[in-house]
Amino acid sequence: MTSTLSIHNWFKRRQKAKEPQNPRDRLDIPGGLWVKCYKCSQPLFSKDLEDNLKVCPKCAYHFKLTSSERIVQLADQESFKEINTTIRSTDFLKFTDSKPYAKRITATIAKSKLNDAIATGICKMENQLVALGIMDFSFMGGSMGSVVGEKIARLIEEAIIKKCPVIIFSSSGGARMQEGIMSLMQMAKTSAALGRLRENGLPYISVLTDPTTGGTSASFAMLGDINIAEPNALICFAGPRVIEQTIRQKLPPGFQRSEYLLDHGMIDIVVNRKELKSTLVKTLRWFANGKR
Amino acid sequence: MAKDKNNKRFLLDFEKPLEELYNKLEEMKKLAESGQIDLKHDLAMMEKRIESTRKEIFAKLSPIEIVRVARHMQRPTTLDYIGYIFEDFVELHGDRNFADDRALVAGLARLGNQSVIVMGHQKGKTTKENIDRNFGMANPEGYRKALRIMRIAERYEKPIISFIDTPGAYPGIGAEERGQAEAIAKNLREMAELTVPFISIVTGEGGSGGALGIGMGNRVLMMEFSIYSVISPEGCASILFRDAKRANDAAVAMKITAKDLLELKVIDEIIKEPAGAAHADPQQAAANIKEAIVKNMEPLMGLSHRELIADRYNKFRKMGVFEEG
Repeated sequence: MTSTLSIHNWFKRRQKAKEPQNPRDRLDIPGGLWVKCYKCSQPLFSKDLEDNLKVCPKCAYHFKLTSSERIVQLADQESFKEINTTIRSTDFLKFTDSKPYAKRITATIAKSKLNDAIATGICKMENQLVALGIMDFSFMGGSMGSVVGEKIARLIEEAIIKKCPVIIFSSSGGARMQEGIMSLMQMAKTSAALGRLRENGLPYISVLTDPTTGGTSASFAMLGDINIAEPNALICFAGPRVIEQTIRQKLPPGFQRSEYLLDHGMIDIVVNRKELKSTLVKTLRWFANGKR
Repeated sequence: MAKDKNNKRFLLDFEKPLEELYNKLEEMKKLAESGQIDLKHDLAMMEKRIESTRKEIFAKLSPIEIVRVARHMQRPTTLDYIGYIFEDFVELHGDRNFADDRALVAGLARLGNQSVIVMGHQKGKTTKENIDRNFGMANPEGYRKALRIMRIAERYEKPIISFIDTPGAYPGIGAEERGQAEAIAKNLREMAELTVPFISIVTGEGGSGGALGIGMGNRVLMMEFSIYSVISPEGCASILFRDAKRANDAAVAMKITAKDLLELKVIDEIIKEPAGAAHADPQQAAANIKEAIVKNMEPLMGLSHRELIADRYNKFRKMGVFEEG
């Protein structure tokens, strides 16, 4: 709030705490004991929030998760074996926006301790072998560049070798512009790889989390045999701002959120995070059941 | 030089040196017509000078200038090229689900003795035409129509040629509701597995997912003054540089010209444009495209289903630049 005591401020809506871009910064408030829900402003004891899978107990707001948090929530203990951990983005275009892409990569890796915007590996979920990919929005907005595309393609190829299903959690702002056309080509690469998976008769479950937009939604995220979304996730091709600028109209309420997409037939099911693992396990079991 | 209905020339600002020369040429022509003096020699000289100036200008266009040429109002459209290159074109309409998208055209055609499927984004040349064609920005039903017609090609073993010229897939409420992302994603997966030869040609603007949505050919070719990029230079500038006016820098940084993309091995070949770009001589531009199609189709025609799929898969599987180890 502004400090000036103007009468206008009396009528201004009190601003809600805004969710920081990087989920790692989110719960690291001094002391780290209390957090305010970004949606309903309810003060939450952070331990309670963690125990509740980072879903607000009052309003069911889903806080963003890092890939490692997801792995803990989903994979059988110690079962996740990460693959392709040494592959790294490179600044092949010598691209500089507010800082050189090369420096941005190094800084983001150092800060996030991730090698790029997706962790991929083989794990077990209730004893069922799965090739699991989890995008991390905290790494440059989960943007898809050559490394994300390559890791997804290799994950799918690994699943074909191991004859197991693929689950990919998307959380991404879209293509990584710093890699220019190469980021666009990752859409072709990942989609083609999923075609191969299908040819091999192996299932793919796509889990769309907040946000899944642009080049990510227009490729592997929308191609699941089953598309599952977390509640209230922004899922779209063109972002709301772009659309508003283009058509100069107000957007309908709930537009491009999971429930809206469900209504329009774009996803199979919206699942609260607390039921997510059991839903995935049930689905995996359905696929694993022998052919008639 | 392209002219509009009123016989007025469309000159982009970097073509300004030509304007003066053209004016002089016309004066001289008038003088010559009056029959007082013989200017044959001088006229020829002047025409030569115009030609060489034009060559000079187009030889050193900056990326943002190439963007302007690629978006030129008079640039030949997909239907123009189809008319010049193919015979017996029968346009097919509709996605069989919702609508016909006029921003993306497709149909049956013949190239020499070979039946083919052609398709492409369709822009207009006037504001009225552009509104009718939604400025070449397809909705999901456009991509679904394209896929439907690719399936016809597959069923009857005919090669496919796609022309790419779009600012991007349409960002609208209806497009989102009907699954723009899903329509494009599905096309990408299905195109990878087509069992027929497939050539894609970027003829103007290759705008992101909207371009790629019909662009996964065994060979991807680009016209000399076309562009292909993940986001428009203006979009990139406003997001990454936080200043839409820096489109120039974005166009340079993103590497969007045919020359850049050949170097990055994203495309296979550049198709030369006539002096003064495609709009100066659409017929010649079309002839160059035809030659490139014929040349590139030949080796593909001998490949089996399996080989065609493998050829396409390997092409896109290789794309990406990263470090490892």
